Amino acid sequence: MKMLGAEAIIECLKAEGVNLVFGYPGGCVLTLYDALYKADFPHILTRHEQGAVHAADGYARATGKTGVCFATSGPGATNLVTGIATAYMDSVPLVAITGQVGVGVIGKDAFQEADIIGITTPITKHNYLVKKVQDLPRILKEAFYIARTGRPGPVVVDVSRDVFNAPLDFEYPETVSLRGYSPLFAGEPESVELVVQAMAAAKNPIIFVGGGVILSETVAEFRKFAELTGFPVFSSLMGLGCIPADSPQHLGMVGMHGTYAANMATTECDLLLGIGVRFDDRVTSVVKNFAPQAKIVHFDIDPAEVNKNVRADLRVVGDLRWSLPLLNEKTTRRSAAEWREGIAAWNECVQMWKREKPLTYAQTSGKIMPQTVIEKVSQLTQENTVIVTDVGQHQMWVAQYYNFVRERSYITSGGLGTMGYGLPAAIGAQMSLPDKNVVLFTGDGSIMMNCQELATVADNNLPLKIFVMNNEVLGMVHQWQRMFYGQRYSHSSIKGKTDFVKLAEAMGVPGLRVTQPDKLDAVLEKALNMSGPVLVDILLPPTEDVLPMVPPGGRLDQMLLGGMS
Amino acid sequence: MKYTLAVLVENRPGVLTHISGLISRRAFNIESIAASYTEELDTTRITISVAADNEVELEQVVNQLSKLVDVIKIVNLTYVESIERELALIKVKASKTNRSDLVNVVEIFRAKIIDVNRETVAIELTGEESKIDAFCEVLLDFGIIEIVRTGKIALARGPVPAKEM
Repeated sequence: MKMLGAEAIIECLKAEGVNLVFGYPGGCVLTLYDALYKADFPHILTRHEQGAVHAADGYARATGKTGVCFATSGPGATNLVTGIATAYMDSVPLVAITGQVGVGVIGKDAFQEADIIGITTPITKHNYLVKKVQDLPRILKEAFYIARTGRPGPVVVDVSRDVFNAPLDFEYPETVSLRGYSPLFAGEPESVELVVQAMAAAKNPIIFVGGGVILSETVAEFRKFAELTGFPVFSSLMGLGCIPADSPQHLGMVGMHGTYAANMATTECDLLLGIGVRFDDRVTSVVKNFAPQAKIVHFDIDPAEVNKNVRADLRVVGDLRWSLPLLNEKTTRRSAAEWREGIAAWNECVQMWKREKPLTYAQTSGKIMPQTVIEKVSQLTQENTVIVTDVGQHQMWVAQYYNFVRERSYITSGGLGTMGYGLPAAIGAQMSLPDKNVVLFTGDGSIMMNCQELATVADNNLPLKIFVMNNEVLGMVHQWQRMFYGQRYSHSSIKGKTDFVKLAEAMGVPGLRVTQPDKLDAVLEKALNMSGPVLVDILLPPTEDVLPMVPPGGRLDQMLLGGMS
Repeated sequence: MKYTLAVLVENRPGVLTHISGLISRRAFNIESIAASYTEELDTTRITISVAADNEVELEQVVNQLSKLVDVIKIVNLTYVESIERELALIKVKASKTNRSDLVNVVEIFRAKIIDVNRETVAIELTGEESKIDAFCEVLLDFGIIEIVRTGKIALARGPVPAKEM
């Protein structure tokens, strides 16, 4: 079929099952936007390109589908960079299509020219510059294939404006042929056999679950494994929801702000089964002190993750869709009772840690405690709810105090820790799941980094519930300054003249404020029952710490605990 | 320890950027890198000489490079019986009085004089890295003006090409 390059892109999107694009128009993508207009293709206009890319990311995390965003050349494309890096760190399938200046002026410092391929090379799974229209269908086919298969990740397709305008005889390829890319599925079955043998020999085994289980859609297989063995489980930040947070078997999150039980179990275990995790430094602290007595097993699809941070004694390299069913099959050689028998003392010990030092915090009279806010919202929501956060103290409190019962119910920027991620990501999540309640916890610091997207929320009447955890400081920075920098609060106080309620209302989002603990329940309930969007400014004390905390460079079993006032 | 990797990649614009970018951001210690197209026009072969403390570190280099979509295959030639060569062009001071001494040295190393003028001589030498190092050492007495080296390329002995290893 004869058409223009821009029209071919729309056809490619349809062929890939894309039903929504986030973006922002500009000079080099005018023809692409003209094609969108003519095809009446669904598109959400954000108010900043960073909003578009985070929204596409939130869309992808909420559903597992590939998120798509458009931006123009130069500043449009460079505004995507933080969002692309965010998606790369958390392995989110994303295709970003950017405009580029005309073929003849590439490299001439043309108006709005930036080498986005050069800029994004370290933060993409792959990227392409399209200079010939006949390459367009193949490249888009490859881009979507690379983004969603194997370990997912972002792909940038930079298209010269000439290509949008050039005619081609469109045919979408059915298959992909890439000599250097064949995503791994099955690994070596013997590697799984060795793991089962190690499990049978272990006295103090533990399961460490991460985001890979969610990405590979193997939560059901994972839960089966956890049930079969009865081994205690803890999660990385990205793994929350793989097992219900309130399950007795679950010890909570591990690491810098992990629970006492999870961090103690890491230190005392003799077998650590890492499943879809990458042993980030926020989990391990100093690597040589991490799980010092344990045989470490690493399940991952990406061979480059094995031995990157932590030396693995056993590795199972392959897709979890292959390894977990095989693991379950081999695990059933023993009955659930037999598995539990050998580890009864260990399970008792772990439960004792859980009982003795649960997550706790002291109440300050007359103040709303941030942890209480999360607990209340957790009680009022859960079913049919997706929680999105920004980055900082509130993000950690949500990870600790919200009762996540299923996968894809917690959307957060883990690896890159991108402030400003939350609001646009919540927009993406709400667009992909119109029937779900999407709740955003953000901070008075984070919200300001993409607050322009309140306009996108209002204009699309998205029923987002936005809770601004307002402690009038950059909380996590403030906490570190309090603990490690002699209370020299360098530029971390943001108590100013900003009125978040008025800000929301100016953008067309109703605003509420709560400052007194006795009013908290009523305001939260009111907000959650509103049919449209709402922003709630919740005033909190400025000096509350996220605890437990493993000080930087410290050992996991030597954490500062909460609850002492 | 030094390792030699033969990396087969798609002959496409931007491939070298992907490879060199990855090497620098992962802070791998690359000693030399030599690239050109091969008997298959769509394939470029890159010989990378990498210094790594141990096999685990080397495995990281190989696994990270393998993740690049344009990388077709990586063969570790370190433990494969193979031939390694490097080409050097060296410009040396040579006066009337010591030129014949220089010619002797060139002959001993089986190097080749490729350009001569009144004050200097340009010499071409191929060989293993150590041979070139030794040659340069001797030439120090004459006065080296400049050196250009290609970096090592390597080929496995025997009939099997790297793409089939």
